[in-house]
Amino acid sequence: MSKPTRKSSKSKPKTATRRKLGRPMKGCEILVAALERENVDTIFAYPGGASMELHQALTQSEKIRTILPRHEQGGSFAAEGYARATGKAGVCMATSGPGATNLVTGIADAWMDSTPLVALTGQVPQAMIGKGAFQETDFYGMTLGVVKHSYLITDIRDIPRVVKEAFHIAQTGRPGPVVIDFPKNIQQQTAQPVWPTKIDLPGYRPDPKADDLELNEIIGLIEKAERPVLYVGGGIITGEASKELRAFSEATKIPVTTTIMGVGAFPEDHKLSLRWLGMHGAAYANWAVSGELRKDAKGNTRKIADGADLLLAFGVRFDDRVTGKVEKFCETGTIVHVDLDRSEHNKNKHVQLPIHSDVKYALGKLVKMVKARPIKARYTKWHKQIAEWKQRAPLGYEVTDEVMNSMHMKDHLKGKEDQVILPQHAIATLFKESKGDALITTGVGQHQMWAGQHYVYKHPRQLITSAGLGAMGFGYPAALGVKVAHPNKEVIDIDGDGSFLMNIQELATAKIEKINAKALVLNNQHLGMVVQWEDRFYKGNRGHTYLGDPDNTKAIYPDYPAMCAGFGVKCERVMYKKDLPAAMRRMLAAKEPYVLEVITPYTEHVLPFIPAGHTVADMIY
Amino acid sequence: MRHTISVLVENTFGVLTRVAGMFSGRGYNIDSLNVAPTHDPKKSRMTIVTRGDDATVEQIVRQLYKLVNVLEITDFREHEYIDRELVMVRVKATAKNRSEVMQITDIFRAKIVDVQSKTMTIEVTGNESKVNKFVALMDNFGVLDLTRTGKVALPRS
Repeated sequence: MSKPTRKSSKSKPKTATRRKLGRPMKGCEILVAALERENVDTIFAYPGGASMELHQALTQSEKIRTILPRHEQGGSFAAEGYARATGKAGVCMATSGPGATNLVTGIADAWMDSTPLVALTGQVPQAMIGKGAFQETDFYGMTLGVVKHSYLITDIRDIPRVVKEAFHIAQTGRPGPVVIDFPKNIQQQTAQPVWPTKIDLPGYRPDPKADDLELNEIIGLIEKAERPVLYVGGGIITGEASKELRAFSEATKIPVTTTIMGVGAFPEDHKLSLRWLGMHGAAYANWAVSGELRKDAKGNTRKIADGADLLLAFGVRFDDRVTGKVEKFCETGTIVHVDLDRSEHNKNKHVQLPIHSDVKYALGKLVKMVKARPIKARYTKWHKQIAEWKQRAPLGYEVTDEVMNSMHMKDHLKGKEDQVILPQHAIATLFKESKGDALITTGVGQHQMWAGQHYVYKHPRQLITSAGLGAMGFGYPAALGVKVAHPNKEVIDIDGDGSFLMNIQELATAKIEKINAKALVLNNQHLGMVVQWEDRFYKGNRGHTYLGDPDNTKAIYPDYPAMCAGFGVKCERVMYKKDLPAAMRRMLAAKEPYVLEVITPYTEHVLPFIPAGHTVADMIY
Repeated sequence: MRHTISVLVENTFGVLTRVAGMFSGRGYNIDSLNVAPTHDPKKSRMTIVTRGDDATVEQIVRQLYKLVNVLEITDFREHEYIDRELVMVRVKATAKNRSEVMQITDIFRAKIVDVQSKTMTIEVTGNESKVNKFVALMDNFGVLDLTRTGKVALPRS
């Protein structure tokens, strides 16, 4: 819109820019109306004294579906699931004090994984703030370190502006969580809301664009490179840049590896895909980036083959779970880092060419450039090397002696040892039976890594997992949020017994709200990832990582089918391999929430494995 | 290394906590921090003196830019600037050495703002080295109390 001159603005009626005045409403009603104006259709909200006014107002809304989680943390994860599945801000709400503190894990998770989330909390009346009132916490202060921005509403007239800004900030640029803390007395006041028509945030510039000179420099580097790799992350997904990424990769023949946040940004069944990299990523992805290195008996590192000489990093943050020992990550390559968050440049890893830009814009422009002037190099030798790596070290699994000699076999599978179900096999079976089309959420731990490895993702937003914060209990409530956003798609939480138990109360939400999200629970009766580290680094000493009943190890504890029955949710337990495909099909055919519990051995380790702070040379695969 | 950063922020609720929290949350040091509204009451200027190598200061600036209420940052590594600090210092000064204190005060163009039978309170303004020098000299008489504003700075242009 062009800026009107002073003269024309005087003569013209101001209807276009004049802010709209609404009818007198209570503060809580203004807030709900403001949410409706942001096209909110779902809110996950648990009521309490300081937020019940808002719930009263929500009962009057015809546009917003209010879903009652059974724990505020479940509500926050569900809102995240909704947000990650759609790109729209997820909305959760809780009362003051304990309700609010229960949201903090979800807010921190959204912060770490750049998820658009608006978290609303009731607050005690203004006159009570600071008095140690019943259910009072300084929520604004408490969440400062884990929010993109936050508000404490102090004036009823601010509500329309605050809500509009909150959604704008949460959803644009690098998305993130925004907290709105809302004292009860303002919820109860009355005012005529003034609806703002535009946003005035002079300090907020969310949309940087690379200039052509910088992008030309990338092209120049590609033309000189012999072993280029694209390393892309969640930024491609939040930036809606998958199409541009694919076009760019196909036009240049540059292979693509993603972070776990970036899984689905590039189709993993594509011949240029290297799957995901990092601590438990594909060996060939790690080699392609940092070179194939190996340690000899004396501990000296030997180079078997070169890694990338050019690493094109788009929408990533060089997380320690990706880089391992950061100085050794892509040590011999030139690194280009394109990101719209300038603070990510040179934060964890020094790069040669940092470019401050929206990735969709940069990739789109690069595609145009290489279409106009195609890259001549075909990198034939490089692709041959990658093919050799892929063949030599695929993501695989097998029944080992470790499994055969385990207590799992003695307790549960005596005489039927050939019927053991490896967790990886369970996921591979799910992939096959669901035709690779399901939307997957996960908890955190071994099952999460296997869900990344043995389900193959074709679309952005197909894998939704708590990556940065690593919040156990994320999977099932997140699946509810995804299912609410996509009721016609199959949504499955691949979970572990530890993670699933952390928010098992959300089965009630699923049942009562008729949200047909499924859960595949890989039950090994242990905290598998910690067990793996105990085995590797602590001589297998178990430090409170057994979740079963030590007095009766032959029984599975707790009894998930019985618990699910209590919630009125169908559940089936599978112990034998022969029963798995049919059970999986029953789960997929169900038109209601469904839990499939698969009993697996605890002895499996997630491989490949680069121990924390180590390099590719230390990779176990 | 010490660096001075000037940050123009919106003069709203919670901005100081947000900036200070960014420093503590990411493990950066604050040597001094001064904040007050500018000629435009909607904006405040913060002058922050911090320590760290170039990469750290670069990160600090970029993290500050991420805060929604931060409008503008001047990193004085790249600019010539003028800076001042105001210090009030109460020293032991009896009839015996009062004139000596006054002499030094004069040399530094400082100002005596209060005199008691056994103490004097002096105000001194200047850049960091001048102020530090003055305080060091006063230490010989016995500093009883001291308060300083922290550095304020503006670019020369």
